[in-house]
Amino acid sequence: MDPTHKPAAREPAVAKQTASGPIRMNFVTTIVEHAPKVEPSPSQLLDWYRQMSLIRQFEVKCAQSYQQQKVGGFCHLYVGQEAVAVGTIAATRPQDYIITAYRDHGHAIARGMEIAPLFAELYGKATGCSHGKGGSMHFFDKSKNFLGGHAIVGGHIPLAVGLGWAAKYRKEDRVVLCYFGDGAINQGSFHEALNLAGLHKLPCIFLVENNGYGMGTHIHRASAVTDLKLRTGDAYGIPGKEVDGMDCLAMYHMTRDAVEYCRAGNGSLFLEVKTYRYRGHSMSDPQKYRSKEEVGRFQEHDPIGRLEKLLRAKSIIDDAKVNALNEEIHQEVEKAHALADGAPFPPADDVWRDVYANPYPPYLKR
Amino acid sequence: MAVIQFREALNQAMCEEFDRNPDVFLMGEEVAEYDGAYKVSQGMLAKYGPMRVVDTPISECGFAGLGIGAAMVGMRPIIEFMTFSFSLVAFDQVVNNAPKMLNMSGGQINVPIVFRGISGPGQQLAATHSWSVEALYAHVPGLKVVVPTTPYDAKGLLKTAIRDDDPVIFLENEALYGNKGEVPDEEYLIPFGQADIKREGTDCTVIAWGQGCLAALAAAEELHKDHGINVEVIDPRTLRPLDLPAIIKSVKKTGYCVTVETGYPTCGIGAELAALVHEHCFEDLDNHVIRVASLDVPIPYSKPLLHHVVPNATRVADAIKKAIYFNG
Ligand SMILES: Cc1ncc(C[n+]2csc(CCOP(=O)(O)OP(=O)(O)O)c2C)c(N)n1
Ligand SMILES: [Mg+2]
Repeated sequence: MDPTHKPAAREPAVAKQTASGPIRMNFVTTIVEHAPKVEPSPSQLLDWYRQMSLIRQFEVKCAQSYQQQKVGGFCHLYVGQEAVAVGTIAATRPQDYIITAYRDHGHAIARGMEIAPLFAELYGKATGCSHGKGGSMHFFDKSKNFLGGHAIVGGHIPLAVGLGWAAKYRKEDRVVLCYFGDGAINQGSFHEALNLAGLHKLPCIFLVENNGYGMGTHIHRASAVTDLKLRTGDAYGIPGKEVDGMDCLAMYHMTRDAVEYCRAGNGSLFLEVKTYRYRGHSMSDPQKYRSKEEVGRFQEHDPIGRLEKLLRAKSIIDDAKVNALNEEIHQEVEKAHALADGAPFPPADDVWRDVYANPYPPYLKR
Repeated sequence: MAVIQFREALNQAMCEEFDRNPDVFLMGEEVAEYDGAYKVSQGMLAKYGPMRVVDTPISECGFAGLGIGAAMVGMRPIIEFMTFSFSLVAFDQVVNNAPKMLNMSGGQINVPIVFRGISGPGQQLAATHSWSVEALYAHVPGLKVVVPTTPYDAKGLLKTAIRDDDPVIFLENEALYGNKGEVPDEEYLIPFGQADIKREGTDCTVIAWGQGCLAALAAAEELHKDHGINVEVIDPRTLRPLDLPAIIKSVKKTGYCVTVETGYPTCGIGAELAALVHEHCFEDLDNHVIRVASLDVPIPYSKPLLHHVVPNATRVADAIKKAIYFNG
């Protein structure tokens, strides 16, 4: 389904070598055992469709606000990748930890964060989900076990291992879902983290959203082995599996299996999700490294369009319902935006807040 | 004299040194096919090819170390960090392997490498992406730390950095890249450890570099226009080695001293400068040194908060007035 993810010439040799390695587990059978496949209900499907549409409309509004300079800094849109956040998070339970990189709007929305505080964060307002301190790349909501948006590529992957460690240590029934991009796989932090997770058999699902590019660099120019699921199995004893990230249902089933696998104490898993971002890397990216045709090819597999087709086939929606739903989402987005737009900026003295867990003593302020 | 942008000055410096020495190469994220995240290396891939202008994976620790290894055997790598905030992923390489090799090998192996890229608070990038790293790196014996303010300085200093036999931290600034200035047509180098008086004055010495220097110059202009105060702005250009004699000379002349930086006050460059000035000019000072720096907090995303934290011309002007007891 993915014309740009063409295998590198020397990959088959690597695959063969890996398949015969001693640690590699048979991923498919192992995880299917743990989670009998349960088909989602019509209302679940409809809910996912709604969530994906909400993310897309949120991002479109975000782009508009960026152009109006209401949003500053770096802003990375999730358009095209909606099925990943929605399908995976739908398969988690509220107690499961979510942690992700800077392209975090979709995950936050899929986790059920209200969108007004997200807009407010983008606009640097006091009512933002991080009180205006973090911006687009640093959405947080501890109450929803949404442990951030993190902007240093690869920097948050060891944190996921720590979350898994805490869950195992305290014997809590939680798993960790950690998202990162294909670019992050080449950071040392990724490899150190996965070795630790493999060593301690921690309940962590490492999920690479392979959209083919790290900024302007195609994965073939950045990764010695581009079949990413091979980079953890033999190396760290963490089995990997590839999933179609443009297919919300596939994402759901795979994650559900993965969550059960981790809950049962089998250790960590690695999911390579093939997806695509329609927009530039960030809002300031002329995209000279790819063609419009390439983007078009992926848009033909649009995750929202695909789910919509399924919903129509199952007679869950029709034209009238689609229009009503989109209009309803439009109103929701506009309302949240207006609320955020009208909210106050944080007072200047707020800069001294949350530097330490206890307030800064006044004599130290300078 | 041609008038060129700061980023063009850097590009020219690299190209001239590429032409001069085949052991010079440039490596970093998006430096080649993308022409540089901030277009500093524009056109260099086309000119020099992929062995000399090299894109890297997002592996700062890896490619910083690669550069140091190549430098150990006499190559002259220029390693670009997309921003020096990301150099912290490679901190061990930069503060251990690069500056200590010469010493720990008993003088056998020097490391002629340049680490360059932007540093400073930027436009609403939030705390992790907004480091002003000069104090972190100036702390380390064996490193040299360079901060150009003008296109002229940028070109002359970068050429010197590439020819230098030791590791050099070369700090640029996004806000300066588009600034234009005069650059001689003929070749020139600017030696390290030579401050530049960016504005002559008699009433107060302001020590400032890079982004802070522009704020200082704007403050000086404003104070002159509004109150006839003559501020002397001295730009060290290299923070390590530091041109202490030039600073002493200026402070002895004016009797007052203000330092400006976008980094933090605690253990910052201003703290070091204040200590030195107090040590060497105690008798000549009519007030203690006043430091202007970012507030001692993580750099916030929100625009008004950011502007509150990072020093600007007004804050520098206020500090100067305070230093010289001016109540106008
Ligand atoms: C340590 C570090 N190096 C470089 C960057 C700059 N940067 C931000 S995103 C990015 C590309 C990351 O690509 P990928 O991991 O594939 O994620 P995607 O943007 O495709 O979601 C780069 C190079 C950074 N934020 N942190
Ligand atoms: Mg990517």
